[in-house]
Amino acid sequence: MTTNTIAAEPGVAKPDPILVVDGLQRTFGGLHAVDVDHLEIQRNTITSLIGPNGAGKTTLFNLLTGFDEVDAGTFSLNGESLVGVPSYRVARRGMVRTFQLTKSLGRLTVLENMMFGAPDNPGESLSGAMFRRWRSAEADIEARSRELLERFGMDHMSSEYAGSLSGGQRKLLEMARSLMVEPDIVMLDEPMAGVNPVLTQSLLEHIKALRDDGRTVVFVEHDMDVVQEISDWVIVLAEGQVIAEGRPEQIASNPIVIDAYLGTQSNG
Amino acid sequence: MDWTEILIDAATASIGPVAAAYALAAIGLNLQFGYSGLLNFGQAGFMLVGGYGAAITVEHGGSFWLGILVGIAASVVLGLILGGPTLRLRADYLAIVTISAAEILRLIVRSGWAEPLTNGVFGIQGFANPFFDLNPLATAGRYGWGDFTFQGRQLWVMIVGWSLVGLATLLLWKLIASPWGRAIRAIREDEDAARALGKNVFGYKLQSLILGGALGGAAGMLLAVEQQNIVSDSFLPQLTFFLYVIVILGGAGTILGPIFGAIVFRFLFQFFDGFMAQSQAEGWYGDLLDATDAQQIKLVLVGAGLMALMVFRPQGAFGNREELLIDDN
Ligand SMILES: Nc1ncnc2c1ncn2[C@@H]1O[C@H](COP(=O)(O)OP(=O)(O)O)[C@@H](O)[C@H]1O
Ligand SMILES: [Mg+2]
Repeated sequence: MTTNTIAAEPGVAKPDPILVVDGLQRTFGGLHAVDVDHLEIQRNTITSLIGPNGAGKTTLFNLLTGFDEVDAGTFSLNGESLVGVPSYRVARRGMVRTFQLTKSLGRLTVLENMMFGAPDNPGESLSGAMFRRWRSAEADIEARSRELLERFGMDHMSSEYAGSLSGGQRKLLEMARSLMVEPDIVMLDEPMAGVNPVLTQSLLEHIKALRDDGRTVVFVEHDMDVVQEISDWVIVLAEGQVIAEGRPEQIASNPIVIDAYLGTQSNG
Repeated sequence: MDWTEILIDAATASIGPVAAAYALAAIGLNLQFGYSGLLNFGQAGFMLVGGYGAAITVEHGGSFWLGILVGIAASVVLGLILGGPTLRLRADYLAIVTISAAEILRLIVRSGWAEPLTNGVFGIQGFANPFFDLNPLATAGRYGWGDFTFQGRQLWVMIVGWSLVGLATLLLWKLIASPWGRAIRAIREDEDAARALGKNVFGYKLQSLILGGALGGAAGMLLAVEQQNIVSDSFLPQLTFFLYVIVILGGAGTILGPIFGAIVFRFLFQFFDGFMAQSQAEGWYGDLLDATDAQQIKLVLVGAGLMALMVFRPQGAFGNREELLIDDN
């Protein structure tokens, strides 16, 4: 999907948006953590969400995925409103997120982490576990899990406890696990933070592969080189507001963006 | 000091009806605490409503078998009432609500105005006759080897009690090995991760609380049936903490842990009971301890014994040390 025809303006309409946000507000005390007039995410692209620390990126993710409640505003996925929808139902509708602070299931093995991600498992309900035949579905899920683990180069650790992995490996596992849900759109909150350069490169390849699979990726990243390399589109958030949008090369030379970053740096 | 008597008494207690009831209640608590990470500090309350549900039904003209159904239903309803409002909140809310609810229930059943129903502090007696009518053993006969024997009626309760423990263990084993079991363990590790993957965390927690509470209800009935007597003070808060000791001793989140824990706990408890009673009677402590003091020292010794076991094996008998050492996130 090309983004060449889209104007580089905050809140610009996109040809085929998967996610549409309107008038979204979230305040903590007097602080406007998120204050987004209008925002669209183009389907089947990699969109980077950048902005200084405290800009509201994580809060925006929390709101969109049902982990926090909006004070005002609407947002919809594939044309259906998500306001007030609990987080687990957001995931079932096709939007899955990862967390800035990794949430690996420490005392489950890597393989169990993966298998837990699978949706519609007949043995996962109490009555299903007791009365239904779930083993063949479970075998399919295991096969799919192992396939993904192999793709992520983690197949050799499938029987290790997730809690014994390094920080970078946990990030990788969390991302792989989110793919078990087969989401339309993946929201990755700083997937490269704390990951060593070799792993970073392979993570980038995985993110590109997601787009090639037809999925949409939104991810938070600080490293501008990384953003330049893989993004189709960049959204810049500062003090809760979208201050700029555009293709990576447009953002790199945008004086407002440079100002926002330098501004917060000089303010500490 | 008759060591043989002390040891035989302890061995008898370790597999007796009370041990079976403790094991059953501990299996429920293990599902809640060990596998799902739920802090139910009111398992004694679930046992109380189970036992009283059955006894009150019989006392008021219902059949014993109807009483059993009512007892189980009462513990399920208690789970719904306690879990419904709290399981969406932080983990500590369930802890606070369960411990207070269990105490409130105990105070209610012993209060004056509940007397028409519960017979107040005197409790309800003799409601389990249909159960003992089914006893194929000679009621007053003694079964066993040498001094290690059980009365026929006691052995009948043990057979039924340990069969229930066996069935509950099989059920848990099947459930824990299923995708449902993986889901509750995952939720124990991180609720938000589970939600982000589309799992209904609240539903799982409620199921676990209710299932574990129903096992507690069954255990409460077993205790009441064994005594042919139910009184409110059998359900003091310390009962819940005994069950936690049992779960942790056997290894939280292990299938066989609660059975092992109940046996060892009952053994230690009776061992120190016999030891303190005999040593006090023989005047070991002079005027320092009277018989009541000696019983209290017993609890201190049980506690010290348990601490020694935990230092020696912090993960419990069946626990996995590697799992214990995982430092989450
Ligand atoms: N739960 C909360 N309570 C109070 N303030 C919060 C909370 N969550 C975030 N904030 C504040 O909201 C602002 C945005 O935070 P966040 O979304 O985490 O920023 P980012 O992810 O862009 O670094 C920050 O000033 C932060 O301190
Ligand atoms: Mg953040």
